[in-house]
Amino acid sequence: MGNSVALRDRLRARLGSRKTQGVALAVLIIMIILLPLFANNYIEEVATNTLFYIVLALGLNIVVGYAGLVDLGYAAFFAVGAYTTGIFMKFGVNFWLTIPIAVLFSVIAGIIIGGPTLRLRSDYLAIVTLGFGEITRITARNLKITGGASGLVGIQRPSIFGHILNQITDFYYLFFILVVLAVIVAMRLHNSRLGRAWQYIREDEDAAEAMGIDPVLTKLYAYMIGAAFGGIAGAFFAVKMTAISPETFAFTQSAMILLAVILGGMGKIPGAILGAAFLVLFPEIFRGIGQTRMLFFGILLVIIMVFRPQGLWPERKG
Amino acid sequence: MLQGLDCNYPRTWMNCSGERVHKMAVFSIVIQQIVNGLILGSFYSLIALGYSMVYGIIKLLNFAHGDIYMVGAFVGYGALGILGSKLGVGWLGIAVALLISMFLVGLLGMLIHRVAYQPLINKRAPRMSLLITAVGVSFTLFNGVMVLTNGEYKTFNTSLGYEGISIGLINITYTQIIMVVATAILMLALYWFINRTLYGKAMRAIALDQDACRLMGINVTKTIGLTFFVGSALAAAAGVMAGVYYGSIQFYMGFVIGLKAFTAAVIGGIGSIPGAMLGGLVLGLLETAGTQLPFIGSAWKDVFSFGILILLLVFKPTGILGKSEIERM
Repeated sequence: MGNSVALRDRLRARLGSRKTQGVALAVLIIMIILLPLFANNYIEEVATNTLFYIVLALGLNIVVGYAGLVDLGYAAFFAVGAYTTGIFMKFGVNFWLTIPIAVLFSVIAGIIIGGPTLRLRSDYLAIVTLGFGEITRITARNLKITGGASGLVGIQRPSIFGHILNQITDFYYLFFILVVLAVIVAMRLHNSRLGRAWQYIREDEDAAEAMGIDPVLTKLYAYMIGAAFGGIAGAFFAVKMTAISPETFAFTQSAMILLAVILGGMGKIPGAILGAAFLVLFPEIFRGIGQTRMLFFGILLVIIMVFRPQGLWPERKG
Repeated sequence: MLQGLDCNYPRTWMNCSGERVHKMAVFSIVIQQIVNGLILGSFYSLIALGYSMVYGIIKLLNFAHGDIYMVGAFVGYGALGILGSKLGVGWLGIAVALLISMFLVGLLGMLIHRVAYQPLINKRAPRMSLLITAVGVSFTLFNGVMVLTNGEYKTFNTSLGYEGISIGLINITYTQIIMVVATAILMLALYWFINRTLYGKAMRAIALDQDACRLMGINVTKTIGLTFFVGSALAAAAGVMAGVYYGSIQFYMGFVIGLKAFTAAVIGGIGSIPGAMLGGLVLGLLETAGTQLPFIGSAWKDVFSFGILILLLVFKPTGILGKSEIERM
């Protein structure tokens, strides 16, 4: 027992050193950049999907991990972003110009959802966000402008410097850039004044309020920023898929993204990345067992929570 | 059956040929809709009770409760399939299947509490972890039943007909009456159990102060398990009754109704047992009325219910009969 603890400490010291981390990161990035040279279309597709979920998980991590708020309706923001881009592109707006609009709309959605509900108890918040997620989906299904139940089809591919992005490799790199940006923003936020305020509120809301932090406003910022991440991811999702339908944004979608954040360990950036990667790769690897994989997912979630309530890679305290 | 209800113009006061319906007919549509609302409300109430009891005792929003209701419907379906040849598929068979389902699903509820929730309660884990565990349990039940049934609809074969009492144009079937009466019996039994038995007293005491209960020699874990048993059994009863009433069941039937029942529990005041009963009936009636309004209709029905929930949580989070409470961190 004593030996294993010592081993663990040594391992931690070795892994924890900046140099090792830097080298590992560099190797990882080079591998990711070179992947399309070796991989076939299927692997690239799965990898692109993984990158996409990483962006979503990093966004939700701000809400759930940093600020400690439950959100069971994150797919709503993702939906707002995707539909905004889809609809504006139908009217002939350039894809790159729709991104700020998508962000604006999803942030507004974040304010609408967060504004009245963030005063509530945490478990009420779970149900309200779930309700909003469902409202968004039902609204998309019932409105004409969103294409009803069949959704929007034939969304155009974007182009950059005259090069039309229509290959899977294009989207692979596009999402990779998005992930890098998302990681930088998430890291900067975590270490910012706002990030510390979130952490404080998460640990002790009353004490934070006594120190002059406005809890509702600070939580609302978490919602708005999380929504912006979802909106951007949604906009890119729309042009990658070229078709979106309301059922893409069902509750299972929200639950999966939340699962990624929780699995990895709330509040930790590598945790969110790991969780998202696991989330996409698990069903792909276990494709053979078909429908049963979601059953195992549920059981796994319970097991992880029972044995590691803080997640697989929790934020170290101290 | 009234013409105005089942034709293509359900939201206007017209019959199928497009003529304006007589005043008397409008009145009977209203009565019919109240009956429909009461039945829907009975199901909501029975499920809401489980939410409210569990919330009252351990402050857990048991997210899997809607799926427990769904499992109850399937267990009842299975029991009726096995018993049907001996007891028939009339009221006797259904009643026995209902009791079997209540018992088995009650045990399932206790098992879930023991395996998934109690370890976290022992660790004094954050409430968010408990909530996520409940989502995991919900996933497990939902996908488990989907795998077992191949995602197919199952049809309840019962011999219940459409006979009933007719007063003028109002037509109420015996099935509808029995549903409401059965719900009332279950609720009275629960009321007696909570207020007149020692176990009920223990439950009420734990909701007030767990630590003091431990000092008084109450087995807190067992009593919480019992609460899960009762709550799950009531949800199972609702599941079987809904299966019998609507005729078919499927694995995703618990999701939306679970949300609605939670809404009902909040409307009544979460943690309050009479509140859950009242909240369910209020939501059932409101929703049926909402469906009849021309600008809502059945497409926007769920938006209407969630809208009510959100407004209520914002303006009166304690509900109709709930007590105000401050969240202890």
